[in-house]
Amino acid sequence: MDRGVWIIAEQWNGKLKRVSFELLARAQRLADKLGDHLSAVLLGYHIKRAAQELIYHGADVVYLVEHPRLFQFDPDPYANCLERLIREERPEIIVAAATTTGRTLMPILAARLHTGLTADCTDLDIEEGTGLLLQTRPAIGGNVMVTIKTPNHRPQMATVRPRSYKPSPRDSSRSGEVIVKDYPDELFASRFKLLGLERPREETVNIEDTEVVVAVGKGIGKPENLKWIRELAELLDGAIGASRAVVDLGWLPYPHQVGLSGKTVSPRLYLACGISGAIQHLAGMRGSELVIAINKDPRAQIFKVADLGVIGDLTEILPRLIQRLQRLKSKGEKG
Amino acid sequence: MRILVAVKYVPDTDEIQIDETTGTMVREGIPGIINPLDLYAVEEGLRLKERWGGEIVVLSMGPPKAEEALREALSMGADRAVLLTDRRFAGSDTWATAHTLSKAVRKLGYFDLILCGERATDGETGQVGPELGAMLDLPVITYVSQIEDLHPPHGGKRGWICCRRLTEEGYQRIGAPLPALLTVVKEINEPRLPTFQGKSRARRAEIQRLSLEDLALSAQETGLRGSPTRVVEIFYPSLVRDTVVVAEPPEKSVERIVDFLQKHELI
Ligand SMILES: Cc1cc2nc3c(=O)[nH]c(=O)nc-3n(C[C@H](O)[C@H](O)[C@H](O)COP(=O)(O)OP(=O)(O)OC[C@H]3O[C@@H](n4cnc5c(N)ncnc54)[C@H](O)[C@@H]3O)c2cc1C
Ligand SMILES: Nc1ncnc2c1ncn2[C@@H]1O[C@H](COP(=O)(O)O)[C@@H](O)[C@H]1O
Repeated sequence: MDRGVWIIAEQWNGKLKRVSFELLARAQRLADKLGDHLSAVLLGYHIKRAAQELIYHGADVVYLVEHPRLFQFDPDPYANCLERLIREERPEIIVAAATTTGRTLMPILAARLHTGLTADCTDLDIEEGTGLLLQTRPAIGGNVMVTIKTPNHRPQMATVRPRSYKPSPRDSSRSGEVIVKDYPDELFASRFKLLGLERPREETVNIEDTEVVVAVGKGIGKPENLKWIRELAELLDGAIGASRAVVDLGWLPYPHQVGLSGKTVSPRLYLACGISGAIQHLAGMRGSELVIAINKDPRAQIFKVADLGVIGDLTEILPRLIQRLQRLKSKGEKG
Repeated sequence: MRILVAVKYVPDTDEIQIDETTGTMVREGIPGIINPLDLYAVEEGLRLKERWGGEIVVLSMGPPKAEEALREALSMGADRAVLLTDRRFAGSDTWATAHTLSKAVRKLGYFDLILCGERATDGETGQVGPELGAMLDLPVITYVSQIEDLHPPHGGKRGWICCRRLTEEGYQRIGAPLPALLTVVKEINEPRLPTFQGKSRARRAEIQRLSLEDLALSAQETGLRGSPTRVVEIFYPSLVRDTVVVAEPPEKSVERIVDFLQKHELI
């Protein structure tokens, strides 16, 4: 058997995160091209059901490590177990999610294993002839794309953003093998103490993992007007993004910030309200599939990256838009 | 407390121009600055020093001009600056950068804490910090939005740090023994502006330069040769959007938006 293509599955409270299925879908293409197996690694506690779910979603093999210390992400036991597993099984390729977990764990592994790691790839492919992983990612605020290879070091490792790929479909007739790994206690030792989790103030704050981002800039005028943004986000089932100007004014907390010094998002729809479109803001959102921009200044840079640009005043447009969407919704609910 | 802050010299994004006709970036003659996200790491170091005393060393690897980034950190109040500069460091990927930095850290002695920015605004990988931490075998805490508590080492007892880190699920509170490496996010503080005094001190300050030989590195373990990854292609993304911009009365604008949302099955 070949050494294969791996994904690092992510779970939260025992439930697989959607990004795990996105990784499977992506890696499936790579495994197919290589004529190789697709494996998933799952770390956690009491997660056998989730292991089976990974098989239904395309994994041929699931490496399962269960331990109370793995219940939540802790860099030490996670990195220890993965390092051991990788050294034992020697995969060719590992794809993980560019989440706070993946972006912590993967560099630690790359350092320990002495191999390359490419962050935030938007495209992964296999090179004809060599079978090498081609890792394409944006750089310098999305202004250039670079393709990167790891010719001589193994495994070849990459992270990809959540929501940048469709999840693989579930097929409960699929079968595969769950390989349970029992590791000695010392691998689960940790220097860290996990002291708990505080939920964010706004429920909709996870802007990197949502279909729709309703983003607000200084053009909203005053914090009271944010109520429109909240209503819109709710009607569109999205999260709220913000320009740095809005965050610096203290109108929304930092986790909402999109851009060079905030988050990078690539939702299906980015609705930019009163955002000028400074290059540092564009850096965080130009990968969005669809962009609508509302701005009263016809020369606003944001229009350059929009599919639909609406020149107009937010204070006139947003209340009407909300009303209209509410009406559509209640009609839809009535049948 | 001895604190090391790793800072990178990056092109100033404010100065990046996009060629309107080709859609490509004009890179010629773009001035460099300290990576804006590293200012938060410098500031946090300074605050810890103000509270606990000690020394802040800033470390950068880059071309001779990267001195400017170090001088910026010095003007804010850092005590000492070290620049790793050598033609043979050029072309380092994140592994080779972290490896080279790790040799320098070892050479510079014991540090209670190493601080890095969340990511650099040019490479944007956010990998160098955690890689450096792993190479030094330090506990790594990423995305730190607040240092809640810190106990410096005392009478043979190890120090301890407790942080809040920003994750998808919320703020995780996590503690670790010192020495440790943290990467910090913008939320952690508001970086100070350099004072006039600080600036003139920074201008005069001597910056220690270290080369390949100084770090007892071989040319195989740094620079392009020491990098596991290779850039094989650079291209400019085509602007694929068929932008429609409309200027109409609000009612009409709302119709446009609703049509767009319906067409794309977003409502
Ligand atoms: C190192 C560095 C990092 C940075 N990082 C980021 C980052 O991560 N994210 C980020 O966003 N920015 C970042 N910035 C800041 C960026 O350069 C801009 O200053 C910022 O994006 C501007 O925010 P804005 O568009 O909300 O505000 P403005 O530029 O003030 O734009 C407001 C817009 O609203 C429009 N408007 C006003 N009133 C109305 C109305 N009634 N109806 C409709 N439209 C209206 C105006 O025409 C204008 O275009 C960074 C800057 C630097 C130097
Ligand atoms: N050449 C460098 N010299 C010093 N520090 C660096 C260098 N490159 C990266 N860093 C540090 O690592 C962080 C992450 O950088 P990056 O992985 O390039 O996004 C930066 O914010 C710096 O703190």
